[in-house]
Amino acid sequence: MDLSLSDEQKQLKDAAERFVRDKYTFENRRKIAATERGWLPENWSQFAELGWLGMSFSEEDGGYGGGPIETMIVMEEFGKGLVLEPFLPTVVLGGGMIASAGTKAQKEALLAPMIEGKKQFAFAWLERQSRYNLADVSLKATKEGAGWSLSGHKGVVYNAPSADHIIVLARTAGSAREPKGLTLFIVDAKAKGISRRDYPTQDALRASELTFDKVSVGADAVLGKVDEAFPVVEGAVDRAIVALCAEATGCMDAINAATLEYIKTRKQFGVPIGKFQVLQHRMVDCFTNAQEARSMTLMASLKIDDKDATVRAKAASGAKVQIGKSGKFCGQSAVQMHGGMGVTDELSVSHYFKRLTMIDLMFGNQQHHLTRYSNLAMAA
Amino acid sequence: MDLALKAEHKAFADEVRAFARENLSPATREKTFSGKHYDRDDHMVWQQALGKKGWLAYTWPKKYGGPGWDVTQRFLFENVLAEEGAPRILPFGPKMVGPVIYTFGTDEQKERFLPGIRSSEVSWCQGYSEPGAGSDLANLRTRAVREGDHYIVNGQKTWTSFAHWGDWIFCLVRTNTEVKAQEGISFLLIDMKTPGVTVRPIIMTDGAHHVNDVFLDNVKVPVENLIGKENEGWTCAKFLLANERLGIAEVPASKRGVSVLRQIARSEPQNGSTLADDPAFTAQIADIDLQVQALEMSELRVLSTMAQGGAPGPEVSTLKVRGSEIQQRIAELTMEAVGEYAQPYQPGMLFQDTNETPIGPDHAPPAAPRYFNMRKTSIYGGSTEIQKNIVSKMVLGL
Repeated sequence: MDLSLSDEQKQLKDAAERFVRDKYTFENRRKIAATERGWLPENWSQFAELGWLGMSFSEEDGGYGGGPIETMIVMEEFGKGLVLEPFLPTVVLGGGMIASAGTKAQKEALLAPMIEGKKQFAFAWLERQSRYNLADVSLKATKEGAGWSLSGHKGVVYNAPSADHIIVLARTAGSAREPKGLTLFIVDAKAKGISRRDYPTQDALRASELTFDKVSVGADAVLGKVDEAFPVVEGAVDRAIVALCAEATGCMDAINAATLEYIKTRKQFGVPIGKFQVLQHRMVDCFTNAQEARSMTLMASLKIDDKDATVRAKAASGAKVQIGKSGKFCGQSAVQMHGGMGVTDELSVSHYFKRLTMIDLMFGNQQHHLTRYSNLAMAA
Repeated sequence: MDLALKAEHKAFADEVRAFARENLSPATREKTFSGKHYDRDDHMVWQQALGKKGWLAYTWPKKYGGPGWDVTQRFLFENVLAEEGAPRILPFGPKMVGPVIYTFGTDEQKERFLPGIRSSEVSWCQGYSEPGAGSDLANLRTRAVREGDHYIVNGQKTWTSFAHWGDWIFCLVRTNTEVKAQEGISFLLIDMKTPGVTVRPIIMTDGAHHVNDVFLDNVKVPVENLIGKENEGWTCAKFLLANERLGIAEVPASKRGVSVLRQIARSEPQNGSTLADDPAFTAQIADIDLQVQALEMSELRVLSTMAQGGAPGPEVSTLKVRGSEIQQRIAELTMEAVGEYAQPYQPGMLFQDTNETPIGPDHAPPAAPRYFNMRKTSIYGGSTEIQKNIVSKMVLGL
């Protein structure tokens, strides 16, 4: 057993730290969030140059041979800066699914340019009724000549406004909520019949509601096997969950650091408020929570490539439960210890708090993953 | 001892309900149930209607123009209005400065200020907190220096709710710097139109503008605006805070919150059914429901003591602590009930009357902003930490 980073991984961490320090001061982030796109193309190009867009893919797929630990390192630093560039939807989800299920031609056409920073993706899975059930899909794809026709609705599709391609989870067979009968399609974001309603999210990212009205795609748009998409999606989402956990860990470090600094400097009753034991103990609990979050994230990152799907699923759900719990504790505590300043838009704490809250809601909250973990553990 | 209502109280509740249905605008009511923000008119039109009826200052004794209700009537009034979707009565005039004026003010001051408060023709805001005086309120630095028949006031107040709507502000100011902090404070009423008063908005985490900084730069205030004696303002301040802590638990709003939450759970889809069929979730609603009941009964016990002539003691701090935690939990569960659709940020749906359709269900747009915003409840009106210090010192003698 060795839990230390390799020299290369240390360099990656240093580079990611440097990027956040240089490009993501709180004021800079506010400016980036206010742009129409909501992220900066020059930052994306820099990710490509630094090799971050390809680091977690195999050399065979045109990547640099890293894996979940590399993703964890970068996501954690992104969390510290509340980075807005669409790394998760494009690289972890989109790239991840193409790498795991794509044909050679699809990888050449999509993954290679993504690694160069020239293509972005969005993953459309959620529908109004889905809640956290990945199989609760009713958007229909029906055979149309050699290809397919897609009709239905998808919601809260992150990065849809900037994506070149939308990876759509559609029902090709089976009844509602049946895992079998789901198929992934790679659809040109500008395809005829797609209409978009774009909006910012609570934490300043960009997403869309998408309506598909008889959107025609060719047979080559199918990603993976027809009717067999569910395991691919579940695997990709579990990977995304672990990446989100790493981001949340970074958020917790940053929000704890800001709070610690605040209670050391803010004076009431003639002393820094950090002199009061009730705040000291709460700060210690924040620190402990962040440690547990880091531990569970690391464990999940080390298990997420396991051959056994149950091991992967349990690891992802277990980490998500911890992140939900710790993120809520650190976020709420940071706001409380900042007093009135914590509930204003002016300081970074409220922005970390919002991000941590949204991370809990993404791909299943604490309660959902506790149930999922419990079911998997009881079945074993 | 009896929990059941007498016939005259039932008739009273019916009267209040009929009044609310007649006078509360449907648009305002809709904002309450959908969790949107009220604008100035939502509050003022409603409060002025209550004022005309003689019900705005419902906690005041008859002598000062209140209805002279008993504890049960107050309880029914608050609950029926909450059920009907009325905005909470902004407390700054009728619940804060009004009682201070009729308790500590001169007859001239009562005549001058109480009618405008009772009718809501004059709106008030609270100048207590300062950048260096939050939990440590007595550390306030805003200085009032006597010059002839005026005070010249200099300083900064912060977290001033609705200062941008306020006609008047009641301020704690320092009139003596030589003595112990609490002994050099005075309670001063300041017309917001006086030259030198500047209001700067503070934007909250959900994008809302409720609170402000108020800058006071050589503001000339007539001496007759001083309430009580110079340097004895801390007495008024504490009197007001004790009153504030009582109503701040917001029990009727939390009861409504629980019932709205159950409705949302019944409408939120999950696995082909609704969230109402998920025992893990509904048990959490039941848990908060019971917490609300415990809080309500505790509050009624305090009110019952007060009705027998007792004053609210330091134990009301526990009501404030639990009241804020409960409001926060309800907001949290509501957001969790909405799930993924709590993520879109739709300021148009929160702050303006727009024709835009919500993304997701109607109850989705305010869910997350409300959760963020409700974090303030354990901070304002004396933070949870301060309330617990009060209880440990004053009630438990630790």
